[in-house]
Amino acid sequence: MFLKELSEARGVSSREQEVRDLIREYIKPHVDEVFTDSLGNLYGVKGKEKKGPKVMLAAHMEEVGLMITSIEKNGLLRFLPVGGIDPRVLVSKPVFIGKEKVAGVIGAKAIHLQKPEERTQVLGFDDLYIDIGASDEDEAKKLVKIGDVATFTTVFGKLGDLCVGKAFDDRAGCTALVELTKLEFNCPVYFVFTVQEEVGLRGAGPAAYRVNPDFCLVLEGTTASDVAGTDEEGYSTTLGEGPAVSVMDRSVIAHPKVVGRLFRLAEENGIPLQNKRTITGGTDAGVIALSREGVPTATVAVPCRYIHSPVTVMNQSDLEHMIKLTELFVHDIAEKGVEN
Amino acid sequence: MKELLQRLTQAYGPSGSEDKVREIIKAELPGYETKTDALGNLIVEKKGSKNKIMFSAHMDEIGIIVTHIDKEGFLRFDFVGGVNPFHLPGERVEFKNGTLGVIGLEKLDKISDLTKANLYIDIGAENKEEAMKLVRVGDFASFTSPFIDLGNKVVSKAMDNRSACAVLIKLMQELPETQNHIVAVFTVQEEVGLRGARTAAFGVDPDYGIALDVTATGDTPKAMTMEVGLGKGAAIKVKDNSLLTHPYVKDKLIELAEQNNIPYQMEVLEFGGTDAGVIHLSRSGVPSGVISIPCRYLHGRSEMLDTRDLEAALALAKAFAKADLK
Repeated sequence: MFLKELSEARGVSSREQEVRDLIREYIKPHVDEVFTDSLGNLYGVKGKEKKGPKVMLAAHMEEVGLMITSIEKNGLLRFLPVGGIDPRVLVSKPVFIGKEKVAGVIGAKAIHLQKPEERTQVLGFDDLYIDIGASDEDEAKKLVKIGDVATFTTVFGKLGDLCVGKAFDDRAGCTALVELTKLEFNCPVYFVFTVQEEVGLRGAGPAAYRVNPDFCLVLEGTTASDVAGTDEEGYSTTLGEGPAVSVMDRSVIAHPKVVGRLFRLAEENGIPLQNKRTITGGTDAGVIALSREGVPTATVAVPCRYIHSPVTVMNQSDLEHMIKLTELFVHDIAEKGVEN
Repeated sequence: MKELLQRLTQAYGPSGSEDKVREIIKAELPGYETKTDALGNLIVEKKGSKNKIMFSAHMDEIGIIVTHIDKEGFLRFDFVGGVNPFHLPGERVEFKNGTLGVIGLEKLDKISDLTKANLYIDIGAENKEEAMKLVRVGDFASFTSPFIDLGNKVVSKAMDNRSACAVLIKLMQELPETQNHIVAVFTVQEEVGLRGARTAAFGVDPDYGIALDVTATGDTPKAMTMEVGLGKGAAIKVKDNSLLTHPYVKDKLIELAEQNNIPYQMEVLEFGGTDAGVIHLSRSGVPSGVISIPCRYLHGRSEMLDTRDLEAALALAKAFAKADLK
């Protein structure tokens, strides 16, 4: 599996190239056709000529990040988030900026210099800056341009049985999709790696319009809140209890037959599968389901703690189970059709 | 009309689970070949050679979705569509399999602290295991409330939008052959974001779109300022947050109401949206409007309307279906 490589690759919304290039290399030997559309969505096509329902499997390539918005006279960089980032996770984090991977750190006033009331306040994007070691504006401008994007520098690692890294949302889904390209199915399958999900599900709509599938499954990384400070009834998903299927979120109500079928297949094959128990957030499924005359669509996701932060934690077995369940599901659809 | 309205409003059908409503509607239209699309929209056509008019009425109602079942067998939930938590304590819910429950409220210091997180559903189960025999996480439920007949006024849950479904059923039952090609679409998932109508409109590809839906009124004590009132006729929408009614469609509806002595009122809604919001933006654009049914206490368990307004809405829809449009 390429989870480590894909997690460490850099690809903020609209700057997905590094991730796209990597995935293209991984899938090329396993699919009949690879192409990219005008927005940057990457498609791998397998069994186009086969009979049976046309299945689309989708995962978004990009991650949340920061965009440089101005360069101060003293050489420090101001920025805004691209996608949903909690400013509280940013202070003191190292980042890489732009194609050249310029190193920087997110700075804030040291504790010694803070007034007592400042110590109780959360620093917002207006208070934070990136320090790239430039002595003034001119020196900074040689290294970084306004509009460049920054990513966290997290190196993939292990925490006991769990993995830690950045961008599991949605490189976990990308990893699953890459693995699935290696398998043979008795129906046409379109593996679609989408762009710009984090800024408003933008890539997936045109992709679904192009593919015009009979059915779509979106593979994701999703929130897990099985941690301190949350009552059990507020848990979204739990690590290690298998992938999570969303019956409903802000963007879509999963096709009811699909949800039932996923649970049946999981049960028959001894694969753990859990409900995502909160209905917050949205995924590419929201726009894919509403493409053209409508597409039966559902989202299955790997639970991730501390999502959208530099230290996302997940259980690799949840990812492996997601791959297996998706495989079984596509076989089932190829055999019995979408309406079953 | 009242009998049909009673059956439709009492049926279970939160967004995404409209099957039972769809079955009632299909049974009311035996003469037609009907089609159900990928999202569950029910599409009924009456062929004609001139303009293709899509009439839409959404089948779904607001409801709740179960998010957690605790050790004692109590259910926690989130909202499906625009639910006001202050309406909920003491209300009853019904699941698709017929399981019933009541909504309880944790002890609060002050009632203004009430949010959905303080509410739970009690289905009478002794523990989690017993509860899970009846209900699972991810199951949907609708609210329950009996239909009551107050003469001209009638009251029930889900008048939004089964009343418009009743009008659209009657339209298809009573409409003679017309020049226009009429497509009635009973849509899904309107309450969670006008979703069904979007894909239906793409498939139907109409020349004109008319949504049939309920609208708010300003005719109750200390109500918001709004001209629309019960019993004053069908409301012709001018705007809401999803649509500026196409001027040709709006003017045509007014002209038809005047010509046919159909009571009508103009509606300017400062919030909300209807299926017309997505129909008019489908493909390269569709001139669209809304015939609204005034309704008090919207999204509560006792939505009230006047059956004379329903008759007016039906008459206006018929007139538009038969109209010679450009």
